[in-house]
Amino acid sequence: MAVEITIKGEVVTACLSGEIDHHSAAGMREKIDEAIDCNMPSILVLDFGGVSFMDSSGIGLIMGRYRNLQKIGAKMNITGASPQISKVLRLAGMNRLAKLD
Amino acid sequence: MQIINKFNMSLFARSANEGFARSCISAFAAQLDPTLEELNDIKTAVSEAVTNCIVHAYREKLGKIYITAEIVEGGVLKIRIRDTGCGIENVPLALEPLFTTVGGERAGLGFAVMQSFMDSVRVTSKVGKGTTVLMKKRIAPRITVNG
Repeated sequence: MAVEITIKGEVVTACLSGEIDHHSAAGMREKIDEAIDCNMPSILVLDFGGVSFMDSSGIGLIMGRYRNLQKIGAKMNITGASPQISKVLRLAGMNRLAKLD
Repeated sequence: MQIINKFNMSLFARSANEGFARSCISAFAAQLDPTLEELNDIKTAVSEAVTNCIVHAYREKLGKIYITAEIVEGGVLKIRIRDTGCGIENVPLALEPLFTTVGGERAGLGFAVMQSFMDSVRVTSKVGKGTTVLMKKRIAPRITVNG
């Protein structure tokens, strides 16, 4: 489980890697929230390119960050989702919350 | 239906075991030569069921999770995930998408994922006794083309 944060202007990108489940989601949540709090971005990009597995704990992770971003008027983009992750995202209707690439 | 292969395991309801349980079932299911998508469906469903035991059934308690998987005639994988935790008061309500009893960041989608990714899901529960989730998925034999 890892989160790597890159900042470019008002865009904060969180590159996630490993497996996202209930066990790993809490640590990821802390790192992403810290990056949001410190940088107040206008867009948060969640890059799932390095994620090999995600269950509905990942949906909780996305929804929680989405709520935090709403408070500061920021948007969320989701990118790099594998077919397995896309299937979970679609089931949860995440395409209605964020832009999926 | 005739059981072709079977395994049992019990493990502590620790979150570190979520990945371990997924890997075990995945390795067992590989005998049916599933597609990558089928294998991912099974892993995701198992992850949800095991997480439910940890987050809901036992909460702050360290209980045990009992997993049985069977390969039965006709290429069907049967997975039973059982706990002896608090039980579910209202099973139909618990099965509703987005319903959750815990706050924080649980999406309330665990059973919806299991139902969507497996062919069938049956939940039996008794308050104070525990919950059993029985899931089935048929892995269709792959058509091989020669030459």
